[in-house]
Amino acid sequence: MKRLVKKVNEFPTPYTVANAVTKGNIITKLSLLIMGFGNLAHKQIGKGLMFLAIEAAYIWFMVSSGIYNLSMLPSLGWREQEKVWNEKKSIYEYTQGDQSQLILLYGVATIYLTLMFIIVWREAVRSSYKSEVLAAQGKRLNSFKQDIKSLFDQNLYKLLLAAPLLGVLAFTVLPLLYNISMAFTNYSKVNEHLVLFDWVGLENFRKILNFGDSIGKQFYSVLGWTLIWAAFATVLNYFFGMILAIVINRKETRAKGFWRFCFVLSIAVPQFVSLLIMRSMLQQNGIVNTLLLKYGLIDMALPFFTNATWARVTVIVINLWVGIPYTLLQVTGILQNIPGELYEAARIDGASAVQTFFKITLPYMLFVMTPYLITQFTGNINNFNVIFLLSGGNPTPVDATAGKTDLLVTWLYKLTVDKNYYNLGAVIGIMTFIVLAIVALVTYRNTASYKDEEGFM
Amino acid sequence: MSNADVSGTKIRKKIVNVIVHVILAVLAFIWVLPIFWVILTSLRGEKGSYVTTFFPKTYTFGNYIRLFTDTSILNFPKMFMNTFVIAVFTCIISTIFVLSVSYTMSRMRFKMRKPFMNIAMILGLFPSFMSMIAVYYILKALNLADGSMIPVALIVVFSAGTGVGFYVAKGFFDTVPKALDEAAIIDGATRWQVFTKITVPLSKPIIVYTILTSFMTPWIDFIFAKVICRADAKYYTVSIGLWKMLEKEYIDSWYTCFAAGAVVVSIPIAILFLFTQKFYVEGMSGAVKG
Repeated sequence: MKRLVKKVNEFPTPYTVANAVTKGNIITKLSLLIMGFGNLAHKQIGKGLMFLAIEAAYIWFMVSSGIYNLSMLPSLGWREQEKVWNEKKSIYEYTQGDQSQLILLYGVATIYLTLMFIIVWREAVRSSYKSEVLAAQGKRLNSFKQDIKSLFDQNLYKLLLAAPLLGVLAFTVLPLLYNISMAFTNYSKVNEHLVLFDWVGLENFRKILNFGDSIGKQFYSVLGWTLIWAAFATVLNYFFGMILAIVINRKETRAKGFWRFCFVLSIAVPQFVSLLIMRSMLQQNGIVNTLLLKYGLIDMALPFFTNATWARVTVIVINLWVGIPYTLLQVTGILQNIPGELYEAARIDGASAVQTFFKITLPYMLFVMTPYLITQFTGNINNFNVIFLLSGGNPTPVDATAGKTDLLVTWLYKLTVDKNYYNLGAVIGIMTFIVLAIVALVTYRNTASYKDEEGFM
Repeated sequence: MSNADVSGTKIRKKIVNVIVHVILAVLAFIWVLPIFWVILTSLRGEKGSYVTTFFPKTYTFGNYIRLFTDTSILNFPKMFMNTFVIAVFTCIISTIFVLSVSYTMSRMRFKMRKPFMNIAMILGLFPSFMSMIAVYYILKALNLADGSMIPVALIVVFSAGTGVGFYVAKGFFDTVPKALDEAAIIDGATRWQVFTKITVPLSKPIIVYTILTSFMTPWIDFIFAKVICRADAKYYTVSIGLWKMLEKEYIDSWYTCFAAGAVVVSIPIAILFLFTQKFYVEGMSGAVKG
């Protein structure tokens, strides 16, 4: 009974670093310093050499540049680029000044590599200790060949994960850490801090969260619109997509395949193409306004992207055009899975079409598709394409960096790429993450498929 | 129930039916309209983005011809080849990555599994291009950000991080019966053999889906491409090219060519998509369940 209450370690192992230190013999203890020593002593040459090579590479890296990188990290550099008179060539030469963003990158990368190295070091110590214990018990140790072989069998996961993991670590996690660290600096165009910048602690966060500051005011308005947008985009897409699917699926509807084809065709066109087309159609002098004016339906061009309210409604409506076909695709399959007897019974009891929808179809769909809805919601918060390609965040007030239809992500893009406020961009990124994390944590935890992952298999 | 009643409901049903079909027709028209419009524009004889009629006054194939022959300002054939090469490599690498990770997460049990899945979910919550600038500096530090290495950099950007996007494929693998694996292992197959000889052949839908989505990435993305290519027009991908054609200095002379380019890019993707639509849905519903 006690075991059930206690958190069960699924993968217990006696070969831990602590055990190696307390119970290991002198060889194992030496491998705390010389990685792979234990393996070498027990004739696991290949493995031992591999560990040793990693240690040598790490030490070489630290000596040649790592230690310098770390030492520069607290100050982020101070030497300005200077003009120096070269007597021999009689020209002015520029000295290489410090570049803070590179110092920051190398510093973060060094810390990161050190963490990776510690993980490998732990592996090495454990491996040495394991060889010692197994040798003492008189068991045969795996040769290098057998180790390789096991990579294709019980350790297949190590083989399969190696390359993808490396890719993620180098090109997703490292850049992210680098970028997060920018949030605590004054790396921005303000006061010319693009080459040399310093740590400023939580200053940027204070600025963005402060109602009184102009940036802070923009942050809250963008955040509010982002949430409104995500809610509308998700709910409306889902609701209308489902109704459309039900209508097409009706027994009496003819040419079901044809209707589906018409709607699905729009998915097949790359999104940036269809969105750019939409944008050009809805311009002040685009085809929609031109035709409406020509036939006298309106007196003035409709301000699709120049009036805040118009622009907001426009992007939501166009997002319906983009999103409904996806919902249609999704829902069609699931609709056909709803047991027919349910509808039969409802029909006999005299339920109307609307009642059937709200009492049977909707609850069933919501039950099955909640995870999908959550991903849609988070996806919409991060929906860069629709906003950037359609309205570009416009209309933008004169003194603001954020437009009326800007989402947090598009604002982030503008702040970093157009304005070079890298620090504020990083803070916005972190804020976006926090919003998403709250949404995801609250909802994922309450879905059946998260709680009972194994149950499904 | 009287006769009049029955015929009454029949007529009502008929009316409802007609209304439904009319609504469907209107909606379908709205959905197809922009696509129809771009095809018409691509065949339009008159230049410029400002037009007063829905249908062109003159029809021509000149826009397509110019798109593939006028290489002086915006070299579309070159962009097309760039994108194609990048797409092929990206597709191979990321398909391997995604399948490897999703198979491991679905079938193997090891200590780092749950943590990895949680971390992947957390990483997915950051805006994907938040770290764009950082990626650029890293590529620069690796000497991949200049000149002829730009295509390599783009391949790396599009494929390196794909390992975290395993949820859809994992959901699919979860539906492949585990009993098959166990039977094969009892018969003496290694895990590797189970993966390549049993799971992969049984998972055609999800493989097709993965190949498709990863092949499409370089054609569709233009943010990363723009940041990495900077002003180096020699290495532009199709999406940057099309974006450029709509910029102020080009739009008047290139607008109809933009439409032609959009059609050219869309056709292969549309064909691929329509062929594999079934797989696509299966792959997606796998994600919903898993």
